[in-house]
Amino acid sequence: MNASEQAIESMIMPDLAGQAPMPRPKLHRAPLEARALKSGFLTALTWIGAILASVPLFSVIYMLLIEGGSRLNWETLTALPPSAFDLGGGFGNAIVGTVVMVGIATLISVPLGILAAVYLAILDPDGRLAHTVRFLAKVLTGFPSILAGVFVYAVMVVAMKTYSALAGGVALAVLMLPTVVLAAEQAMAMVPKKMKDAAFGMGCTRTQVILKVVLPTGASGILTGVMLAIAGAAGNSAPLLFTALFSDYYLRSLTEPTASLAILIFNFSGMPYENQIQLAWAASLVLVLIVLVFNILARIIGRQKY
Amino acid sequence: MNANPEMMAAGTASSRNGIVMDCQLEKVFYGDFLAVRDSQVPIEKNKITGFIGPSGCGKSTVLRSLNRMNDLIPIFRFEGKVSYHGQDIYDKKVDPVVVRRYIGMVFQQPNPFAMSIYDNVAFGLRLNGFKGNLDERVEKALHGAAIWNEVKDKLKNSGLSLSGGQQQRLCIARAIATEPDVLLMDEPCSALDPIATRRVEELMIELKEKYTIALVTHNMQQAIRVADTTAFFGVDISQGSRTGYLVEMGPTKKIFEEPEQQLTRQYVRGEFS
Repeated sequence: MNASEQAIESMIMPDLAGQAPMPRPKLHRAPLEARALKSGFLTALTWIGAILASVPLFSVIYMLLIEGGSRLNWETLTALPPSAFDLGGGFGNAIVGTVVMVGIATLISVPLGILAAVYLAILDPDGRLAHTVRFLAKVLTGFPSILAGVFVYAVMVVAMKTYSALAGGVALAVLMLPTVVLAAEQAMAMVPKKMKDAAFGMGCTRTQVILKVVLPTGASGILTGVMLAIAGAAGNSAPLLFTALFSDYYLRSLTEPTASLAILIFNFSGMPYENQIQLAWAASLVLVLIVLVFNILARIIGRQKY
Repeated sequence: MNANPEMMAAGTASSRNGIVMDCQLEKVFYGDFLAVRDSQVPIEKNKITGFIGPSGCGKSTVLRSLNRMNDLIPIFRFEGKVSYHGQDIYDKKVDPVVVRRYIGMVFQQPNPFAMSIYDNVAFGLRLNGFKGNLDERVEKALHGAAIWNEVKDKLKNSGLSLSGGQQQRLCIARAIATEPDVLLMDEPCSALDPIATRRVEELMIELKEKYTIALVTHNMQQAIRVADTTAFFGVDISQGSRTGYLVEMGPTKKIFEEPEQQLTRQYVRGEFS
């Protein structure tokens, strides 16, 4: 102990000198104490909750692999659907139809959604229009998807006098739009104000701040939202029932009835033929894989670069 | 710009290099709130003008009025004149966006963009459609901000991966890459540790050879160390509100050693803050 430490010691000691020594504190674990038991019990409860929550997902995937995995091969991925008593066949046209319609929906909903989100997040976040739009977007996320189908049926199918991939894409876009808007707004609102200030301080116009700083910085969050919206749309059957219907052939034009995985599953699973039921299982597996791939892509793309 | 550091030592009347910005702030409002009144702040070329004063005295408001950053606040209202090379930057015909390209800003919190170190520095150059050798200018700016040696091997890394002090010097590099005329620094060291602070202070002294600097600081020692001229702002609470105003401005040595105003004397002695 050097001089200065002694000096400090002598400053502290006099106060303690007159008092009884403090009893040795109990610092060891006491696992059977009430609060430790309660803590352990609650921890276990959250574990059980977490495991139970993942049971449905894993059991669905397990069932799809068992029932659909055996029929999954090149033929099922490329061939056309079989008619009633045929063996073999596949759902290549349905995969194409789903991809095309989800593509159309993405082309419509993403640019529109991002533009709306720019307004909500940056141009006038507290304005009356923004509050209204935000509220409506939230309502629309919980919108029954079949109503989107009925709406587009009334607006497009009746007017065009045919079911079509175009109408299917628009119906899916209606469902994707609120998800894209809200996710993109969230991502852009998270861009720190100090970063925007820096851009303004450099002599950026508001447009440049949005294009060069806000959108790139929020890009990963926006993409995550887009991917999730795509995954949701790919699995939706109800809106397509009234808009794209189904077709037994490959897509030739955007203005004719179009097959989709979701409708194929709906149709085939109710048929009394073993072959069709097996194909419905395999199509379900493919659909889940597509959704899974989009989710994984969302994760990878969503990873912050900087 | 016949910059001779010896000549520019604080305080001597002979070292006046001419006024780059003549700022006459009559009334500055946020909504109905009068934030600053009656302050005339000349900013001299190739000098560091320090703004000091208690919190709420409006020194940051004054600084941010000098490149129209406050225009981003919708309720901000400015009465007065900021004459920059003879032009009032508050003239109706003036585009604030263009003003900010001449009068750069370094903020209190380091605020690099979420992009690579290189892209951060190149940002302003690309913005202005710079056509020359970008690599060269980026390197020059990083040298100028005394951070080149620390980042030269990781220009592709994120600007956000640097430490706070490095981030602030990166922001300075970003601000000087476009070679602005004036640099406004709003408490640039308040988020930094003492060692990083000292580096940024040394940097400011180097930078004034090329640039004109206005510096807001809450640290009086910092003003003494770096500012050639110091403006002391006070708070007037007589009207039931808190309105900042310029109490006294002069060579730093004079403000800290023999100020004319009683209020300045009390403040620099640390009698209130």
